[in-house]
Amino acid sequence: MNLIQIAWRNFCHRALSSILTTLSLSLGVGLVVLVLSVYGVISEAFTRNASVGYNLVVGPKGSPLQLTLNSVFYLSQPIENLPYTEYLEFLSKEKRTELVDRFRGDESLKERGGRYAPFIGDGYAIPLALGDYFGEFRVVGTTPLFFEKLRHGPTLEQEFTFSIGRAFKEFSEEHSYFEAVVGSRVAKEMNVGIGDEFFPTHGDPTGHGHDLGFTIVGVMDPTGTPNDRAAFVNLEGFYLMDGHAKPLEESDTPEESEQSEAVESADVSDRVAKPDDYRLLSIAEREVTSLLVRTENIIFAPSMQNAINEGFRAQAAAPVGEINKLMGLIVGPLKNAMLIITLITCIVAAVGILVAIYNSMNDRRRDIAVMRALGARRTTVTNIIIFESLLVAVIGAVVGWVLAHAAIAAYSGTIEDQTGVQVGFLTTTGNEIWILPLVVLLALIAALLPAWSAYRTDVGSNLSD
Amino acid sequence: MTKTLEITDVTKSFPQPAGGSIQVLDIPKLVVNEGEQVALIGQSGGGKTTLLHLIAGLLSADGGSISVDGINLTKLSEQGRDRFRAHSIGYVFQTFNLLPAFTALENVRLGMTFGAGKADNQRARELLNRVGLSERENYRPGQLSVGQQQRVAIARAMAAKPRLLLADEPTANIDPKSAESVLDLIGESCRNENIALLMVTHDMQIASRFGRTDRLDEINLVVSKT
Repeated sequence: MNLIQIAWRNFCHRALSSILTTLSLSLGVGLVVLVLSVYGVISEAFTRNASVGYNLVVGPKGSPLQLTLNSVFYLSQPIENLPYTEYLEFLSKEKRTELVDRFRGDESLKERGGRYAPFIGDGYAIPLALGDYFGEFRVVGTTPLFFEKLRHGPTLEQEFTFSIGRAFKEFSEEHSYFEAVVGSRVAKEMNVGIGDEFFPTHGDPTGHGHDLGFTIVGVMDPTGTPNDRAAFVNLEGFYLMDGHAKPLEESDTPEESEQSEAVESADVSDRVAKPDDYRLLSIAEREVTSLLVRTENIIFAPSMQNAINEGFRAQAAAPVGEINKLMGLIVGPLKNAMLIITLITCIVAAVGILVAIYNSMNDRRRDIAVMRALGARRTTVTNIIIFESLLVAVIGAVVGWVLAHAAIAAYSGTIEDQTGVQVGFLTTTGNEIWILPLVVLLALIAALLPAWSAYRTDVGSNLSD
Repeated sequence: MTKTLEITDVTKSFPQPAGGSIQVLDIPKLVVNEGEQVALIGQSGGGKTTLLHLIAGLLSADGGSISVDGINLTKLSEQGRDRFRAHSIGYVFQTFNLLPAFTALENVRLGMTFGAGKADNQRARELLNRVGLSERENYRPGQLSVGQQQRVAIARAMAAKPRLLLADEPTANIDPKSAESVLDLIGESCRNENIALLMVTHDMQIASRFGRTDRLDEINLVVSKT
């Protein structure tokens, strides 16, 4: 019999005490693994989703973190709105001219290209308009460019695809300006699909509903990004909803074009819709909440960010940097605090090992003396005690790890739904590799006192009858 | 004839809690020859167990020499005595001292573990068979009668093929009928394997079974002087 077998026999002989001690240690280890895993999931969810291809988020002056949270993660409240002319600063002269002509803007806007257009080149600036809800989910007013240009996935190469349907169009004869696309989680939780119509509520999930509804023409495949929990509507339709037009001063009122004479509440249900069924908002009436911007070359991004931030109206935030700051300032310290608490749990469990073994020493002094009488050295009986402590540590660590990962696997569906992060039983974080050595070290320390007691056991007096 | 045990001028004292020390042993000479079976009679508290502990190397003598099979224990380090004990001494206790966490077979195997480093399963089974407990090899001590426990203890003591078997009143805690068979078993086992036997007892009837009986109060000067 080797010493580990002898230690195992002792472990089994004091089964209740051994199991309870091991269980307390495994709970401590399980908590540590859960904290590390939850942090890993949060960290991955934030950093992975901090960009779906764009470099910068542009919005009104204020907190860059808030801008990132509301425009990238659809969390928090929008800061304010930017005038549409700020969006035009990212467009070429030709594009500006086209939009000014189409939406009745100040003619002077056509005289030059956008201030930041040279940075954009082949990149893009995609406008977002936030503020409405579909149930608990954010409604995002944007353009079809959102689905054409943005990419997701680990290497940002995957296009947005649809489990059913297609991306919305800026105008369709069937649904006019009121087409929508919903993320996978929205479709699942709101139980909606192609052809369903929804009426966004204004300002918050329980706010009043708009009169105009959007028809769902596409359901996105799951992406593991915040876009899974958003409802995307055509920006032009978003502008047409009541309360979404910026009130104009008299001097800003544009000349009414032919289109402006169109019927605002045209009934298009029984006939083919036409673009001039609605009076689209003029440029002066339009606002955007933020812009997702990708520069032609990534090296232009810092220069453009500085140029925007030096202006008086807008700010540009790098989402990845903001999320890293968030992780460093809030989530990281929170993780550390949780880790300290759970490590204390492990230390308490290790003290439990010490107490359990030390308390058993009185019962086993005779056993130790007998083993010494059979020829065991002092170091041999000491090692048996240490192995016994290590057995508790290793079993406790393995059981704790298994319990924690079983819990993670059991909730993997929910975690994926909530965060988009796929986790399984064998999904581990880098720091987990330190758990076993740490627990073994704690067990060794816990074993020192009883091992010393075993070392000093007096054979003669303990064998005497 | 080869001397298996030779004790010369061995003294042993123990410190007293109040200070000073009390001498319990002063033995000028004691010899046990190879294969010889000796009963050592003494009163309780007369130093019998202390003498066995000295011979087993569990205690170190204050003076004199104790040689087993030509090895002078008093010259050995504690580790050396541990190694010597594992290889050369078998010990049967009054209260059996089987380890409760282990089965009968495992207890016998433990008798070999600390000397050879590994246990010979076949020999352990053979020994259990010899003491009539082959059917009980997977029983734990708590599941055996006291007589059976002492048989396992005898098998364990013989496991490492010792040169000298020390028996400390091995029948004190068992009924007379079982005691007879235990004594027979010890004697026969030692004869079969040519092991010298030194059994301490205070029971004259048991001592009378031995060819040679020594009285501790005659060989221990501490007792004889008082």
